[in-house]
Amino acid sequence: MAAPRSLQFDTLSLHAGQRPDPVTGARATPIYFTTSFVFRDADHAAALFNMERGGHVYSRISNPTNAVLEERVAALEGGVGAIATASGQAALHLAVATIAGAGSHIVSSRALYGGSHNLLSYTLPRFGIETTFVDPRDPAAWKKAIRPNTRLLFGETLGNPGLDVLDIASVAAIAHAAKVPLLVDATFTTPYLLKPFDHGADLVYHSATKFLGGHGVAIGGVLVDGGTFDWEASGKFPELTEPYAGFHGMDFQEESTVAAFLLRARREGLRDFGACMSPASAFQILQGVETLPLRMERHVENTRKLIAFLGTEAAVESIAYPELPSHPDHELAKKLLPRGCGAVFSFNLKGDRAAGRRFIEALAVFSHLANVGDAKSLVIHPASTTHFRMSDAALAEAGIGPGTIRLSIGLEDPEDLIEDLARGLRAARG
Amino acid sequence: MELRVANNAAYVYTGGKTLDAKLPAVVFIHGGEQDHCVWVLQSRYLAHHGYAVLAVDLPGHGRSGGAPLASIEDMAGWIVALLDAAKLDAASLVGHSMGSLAALECAARHPERASRVALLGTAFPMRVSPDLLQATRNRESDARGMINIWSHSACAHYPGNPGPGSWVIGGNLRLMQRQKPGVLHADFAACDGYKTGFERAAQVKCPALFLLGARDAMAPERAGRDLARAVPNSTVVTLASAGHNLMGEKPDEVLDALLEFLRAP
Repeated sequence: MAAPRSLQFDTLSLHAGQRPDPVTGARATPIYFTTSFVFRDADHAAALFNMERGGHVYSRISNPTNAVLEERVAALEGGVGAIATASGQAALHLAVATIAGAGSHIVSSRALYGGSHNLLSYTLPRFGIETTFVDPRDPAAWKKAIRPNTRLLFGETLGNPGLDVLDIASVAAIAHAAKVPLLVDATFTTPYLLKPFDHGADLVYHSATKFLGGHGVAIGGVLVDGGTFDWEASGKFPELTEPYAGFHGMDFQEESTVAAFLLRARREGLRDFGACMSPASAFQILQGVETLPLRMERHVENTRKLIAFLGTEAAVESIAYPELPSHPDHELAKKLLPRGCGAVFSFNLKGDRAAGRRFIEALAVFSHLANVGDAKSLVIHPASTTHFRMSDAALAEAGIGPGTIRLSIGLEDPEDLIEDLARGLRAARG
Repeated sequence: MELRVANNAAYVYTGGKTLDAKLPAVVFIHGGEQDHCVWVLQSRYLAHHGYAVLAVDLPGHGRSGGAPLASIEDMAGWIVALLDAAKLDAASLVGHSMGSLAALECAARHPERASRVALLGTAFPMRVSPDLLQATRNRESDARGMINIWSHSACAHYPGNPGPGSWVIGGNLRLMQRQKPGVLHADFAACDGYKTGFERAAQVKCPALFLLGARDAMAPERAGRDLARAVPNSTVVTLASAGHNLMGEKPDEVLDALLEFLRAP
């Protein structure tokens, strides 16, 4: 018997979730720029509202262009479905708000993007949701932090700023022993480099603004459900396993064995919080996803060349990249990230903050801004920008030195990038 | 809702409504290594439009207790026991794939209990190649992968089941993975071992709908049509560009065909 072959990653990047338009023949995904969708008749309307038929009602809840992006990212991740959101932050909030409420508790890696840290540290406590931050490399710390009211464990595939590699299988096992899911921010890796569901994660989200879109033109997020977590068996999530008065008394787990989380997230979270993605953004991000495998390969290839260059420079004190033997997660990275550890990393310049400023200001190809994951190479010097108010001691606590430079490596000719960095290093020496 | 059937807990999804035995009843029977949720849209619609709906988890599947039943004949007997437990004299039986054979067997052997029978993604014989049958026993993951590929016609579905943004192929695979070990082999062995399809088809007295997928690689449309010809009062509806997972790929078309069939005089 010849085993059939499933469509591979590169093919899914181009085709999953979309067929040529049956009416017009359009090959590309059309942008359905419409707020709402007509009902065939009153019965059709009622059936759509009551989830008796699949279809679209209002673009805050779902939209055909967004649905293509959602299906495509779900296919690439190996999940059961996804929800496109206004931003990566909206995706994180949607995940938390769907399964946690006042009195809930989260255990999170402390190596987080600043925006996520703010949400968990300062904003969610105002709504009664507390977070304990732990060293992502310390399994005992994850276990110790779990309380009876813990509803979620959370970490980034590659943490900020030191690229701590999350041991997904180990943290997922701890989460599952406590009957709670593991949520992973996979923005830096994308499914091309790592599929968290394969290692035990239950929910994954992306800031699609970064590598998924890849062109730096659209803000967006995508929240994907792996369909693996048994909410009923856990017994800790009445939001998904008991009738919900806010949606026709629906018991979401009864409706779908594998997609209960997504049903509630869409029918409550998108409906009530409203952080939906514009179909224009979905279209733009889809254009990026089509070339994701090609771009990620080149991002990583360029990154490796630049790290090799920086490693030979006397002005460079250290480089934090998990492919380097000096990185504390080098062995784990070899196992989890054989295709590469992404294209965002930091290095430390010898010298003070002024040296860092001179380095940045001398660059001509790298763009000085607060983003990552663009096709163009990006750079930022935290000590003189995002963290400029902090003392050197406070910076050190956050894992940032006065000369720390964060790079996001783009798709330019690598020799041009090396020349640019060399120019910056000369300037840094003064 | 939970019933007690053949000394085991039997889970039945009633479409979000309390079961009213006075309404015309429809029993939905899922296919191999699946559960009630494959019918979520169609069953929920009917429950809100004048029908008493029972979308079952067969024994050993989903939330139902017991071990998976070893034969299509056993499944047919179990459906009768379910009707007894639910205090229903008769029901329309809607089955998919393995469930379609169970519905056929039940309608033929118990004509007084089946008012109509709808067979989706059906074929007879429903033979399973020896290699695949062997894989369902000792290489479940490989077998699921093959079955899932053969069950879908494309990598895009508009709108997906149970709703927009659903990756139908991933959802179906995960649903299979969520069933208990051994269920896959038991179900496929039951399909492979069913020998009396044509005889039973000739005994069906109630109206029968055959709802087939033109691109079904698991239960080829031609084999479904062959079976339909053996049923005295049958109608065949073929959904263009649909694969084996008809309810997932073409949820609206499936519902519309069922409605027309169930509402016909």
